[in-house]
Amino acid sequence: MAKIQLNGKKITIRPKVTIYELLKNFKLNNKKVAIEHNGIIIPKANYKKKYLKNDDKLEVVHFIGGG
Amino acid sequence: MKRDIFKVANIKLKSRLIVGTGKYKNFKETAQAVKASGADMVTVAVRRVNIIDKKKPILTDYLNPKKIIYLPNTAGCFNSEEALRTLRLAREMGGWKLVKLEVLGDKKTLYPNMIETLKSTRTLVKEGFKVMVYCTDDPLLAKKLEDYGASAIMPLASPIGSGLGLQNKVNISIIIKQSKVPVIVDAGIGTASDATIAMEMGCDGVLINSAIANAKNPIRMASAFKNAVISGRESYLAGRMKKKFFATPSSPIDGLI
Repeated sequence: MAKIQLNGKKITIRPKVTIYELLKNFKLNNKKVAIEHNGIIIPKANYKKKYLKNDDKLEVVHFIGGG
Repeated sequence: MKRDIFKVANIKLKSRLIVGTGKYKNFKETAQAVKASGADMVTVAVRRVNIIDKKKPILTDYLNPKKIIYLPNTAGCFNSEEALRTLRLAREMGGWKLVKLEVLGDKKTLYPNMIETLKSTRTLVKEGFKVMVYCTDDPLLAKKLEDYGASAIMPLASPIGSGLGLQNKVNISIIIKQSKVPVIVDAGIGTASDATIAMEMGCDGVLINSAIANAKNPIRMASAFKNAVISGRESYLAGRMKKKFFATPSSPIDGLI
């Protein structure tokens, strides 16, 4: 198992999970989101290639109402 | 009559009214107000996805980004690093380069931090962004932003969400006269007539959020702003009559009985 931080919240995931699989678990794979993995923005094309490991920090953001 | 075209960073807009999407009761009201405003561009914020509640409605379900131009904004950012991070994420998310930069300097006044704003503008332009910049009404700094490659200058009318209207018409007028890029009054507009005044002065557009969202009837107010902006623009293009100190009769003197 791997412990990661997703949007500031500690969660435990199975080992060898890609960003794409994680998004799918949260039903976010078809949504307009952007990902920052340990401070680096990950292009959509790399979601399936990027594996998550212990202590990773992931930020998933989207557009919300704002001025 | 010559067609009046409004372009920002080569994007043609039908409406000179840009609206914010914050502070509404719910997304339904947001969508209705945007529709009533006639705006084809809306500002949006970038925030963390709620990972706990998967069923929570999201903005894109109500405002289709394919039909309306999303203008990602850095509201809530207090330094250049935060603003750049937000806009780089926005670019990755939407795939567009037109953004609104807003770097705040003080929590109480939400006044723009122009030192960080200038720094960020320079970096963003270098990275290929088209940047519409929220700024103070200082003509020198507005000119500097233009020199740095800003796509639009967005001076405040008065502090964000204050509804105090145009507090420094002289400076706004100077900025309008000196700028070659669109000048869009952003923040502080309180009611429809404030928007008309800004447009009559020759502003290229106005950006409204609180004045619509905080109205008793936001949808009706959105429609009021739509008409106010059209009226102000028409009035500006028509060219107002000269002011005189004394009366001039409207009816001819000749043939008076």
